[in-house]
Amino acid sequence: MTRFVLGRIGFYTLIAVLLAFFTIPLLWLVTAPFTSDPTYEVKVPDFTLDNFRAVAEHPYALPSLYNSLVLSVGTAVLVVILAALAAYALSRVRLPGRDALLYALLLLSSIITGTAAMVPLFQLAVELNLIDSQLGLILILTGGLLPAAIFMLKDFMDSTPKSYEESARVFGATPLQIVRHVVVPLVRPGLATVGVWAVANVWGNFLMPYLLLSDVEKQPAAVITYTLYTEGGQANLSMLSTFGLLYSVPVVLMYLFVSKKYGFRFHGGIKR
Amino acid sequence: MAGIELRGLTKVYPGGVKALDSLDLAIPDGEFFALLGPSGCGKTTLLRTIAGLETATGGAVVIGDRDVTGVQPGGRDVAMVFQDYALFPHMDVTDNIAYPLRIKKVAKGARRDKAAEVGARLGLEQLMDRRPGQLSGGQQQRVALARVMATQAQAFLFDEPLSNLDARLRLEARTFLKKLQRELGVTTVFVTHDQAEALAMADRMAVMEAGHIRQIGTPAEVFQRPANTFVAGFIGSTPMNLLDGVVRGDTLEVAGCKVAVPASAEGRLSDGEKIVYGVRPEYLAYSPEPGGGALGGKVAIVENLGASHLVTLDVNDVTVQAVVPEGSEPEIGDDGYATPRRDRALVYRDGELV
Repeated sequence: MTRFVLGRIGFYTLIAVLLAFFTIPLLWLVTAPFTSDPTYEVKVPDFTLDNFRAVAEHPYALPSLYNSLVLSVGTAVLVVILAALAAYALSRVRLPGRDALLYALLLLSSIITGTAAMVPLFQLAVELNLIDSQLGLILILTGGLLPAAIFMLKDFMDSTPKSYEESARVFGATPLQIVRHVVVPLVRPGLATVGVWAVANVWGNFLMPYLLLSDVEKQPAAVITYTLYTEGGQANLSMLSTFGLLYSVPVVLMYLFVSKKYGFRFHGGIKR
Repeated sequence: MAGIELRGLTKVYPGGVKALDSLDLAIPDGEFFALLGPSGCGKTTLLRTIAGLETATGGAVVIGDRDVTGVQPGGRDVAMVFQDYALFPHMDVTDNIAYPLRIKKVAKGARRDKAAEVGARLGLEQLMDRRPGQLSGGQQQRVALARVMATQAQAFLFDEPLSNLDARLRLEARTFLKKLQRELGVTTVFVTHDQAEALAMADRMAVMEAGHIRQIGTPAEVFQRPANTFVAGFIGSTPMNLLDGVVRGDTLEVAGCKVAVPASAEGRLSDGEKIVYGVRPEYLAYSPEPGGGALGGKVAIVENLGASHLVTLDVNDVTVQAVVPEGSEPEIGDDGYATPRRDRALVYRDGELV
């Protein structure tokens, strides 16, 4: 009996420690912005808005959030459109070696935006005159995310019965009409999942924009965070925490919205 | 409206499987035609080839006066009901029915009017705003039919239209479908693996086996005079008795008994010839008393069919089944005698009807 009680106590202590490990940084993130002189401790804030004013006055902080939005939404739109078309074709057309192609793409994609390809990618961007251009960055990020997106969407497409499309075909619908009227509505949860995944990926990407964008006015929030130092070279905790909070809110809101609308269930098929 | 004609239609799948082997078939305008066969016989492939969802390897598909062999499905002016109905789950009933008109770029108002009109005809007025997921199987079937009617196509193609319904509903739907087809008068081809369904609904039918058509005819012809032993064994809710026999002068020796030569084979048999004698259980008169030209044996099994009984006789180790009306069913172990109707029994030589 005592053994059991001790075991339970030990178990809950472990859970509590683990929970604290993840909760305390989050607590810090929501309290520090409202504290006048934040340190590394979590303390009851004095509810000042000075930090927010400081962020608003910073020349690059708020514009960088806009840049992040442009980059992530631009990439997500491209990824969803291209991946949907590719996944549909791959799901419906029998190609010899189709699966091998998909897996090869998936493996190689981790290299495209990975550290190993940094130098060639940088040189390629310079050659194509896409260095220091948001469009260039969007294209490179899209290339990196596409294989995984195609892989996910193909799974959705595979699980929708062909008879819907065949039915539309007999009624005279063209392939593009079939995609617009039938396939896209059927795989909408999949498209939403891939879109959110792409936005979150780009939103948190530091290395690619850091290397490919040199103009500070074009840089996204992830890179700007890195520049928030005091004149003495110390991390500027009041700026960092406040900016960090503003930086995380849009992604959280997006998750809540899409999760409410589509429930994030990987169900693919339709109740019939 | 238009008839459908198939000329030497052949379909070979990649890998060499011959699904259709040089089929010729003419379905006149307005006919309700059944394609019947066991699974894998090519009936669905044939329907899909008519629709254009499969491309023919050889031969031609003619709808009306137009050779549509190379035409895309949308250009053939046919409409198809799929086995799973393929109603778009994200559209309500109105939009589903109006979908073919949307493809034809009919204005939205006219589309909705037409959908309402066709829907009302099939008793769907109360359901027009629902999604397919909120409908029962029978309602879904009627929506699928309404959608096909809205197309005003030259011909309708139904792939196993009743197989997704439960048993009782299937009977109702059978009657309903036949009535609807009669009223619309549109050439309709349907596929089924259920011989009772084909017999009940079709004006004419084709019985298929392994990519070949084994018999074409009205349900009565196919039921009464199956052209070969395959059709004989496939048609009928109780399978036909197919018994090996030998011609002995002007009688047949079947299962150790002497029976008369059927009327249809009279004068066409030669002495000593090996034949297969076919007679449906419904065309055997059962009696507990011996009689001339009867198959006599012991009752092995009695199965209740409701208004009648299926009696299985063991005739010199050969199984013979006879349908006995209610009230006169024997007990297991009784002696029984089954006399074939001479005008209904058949003789097969090398599997083909004599």
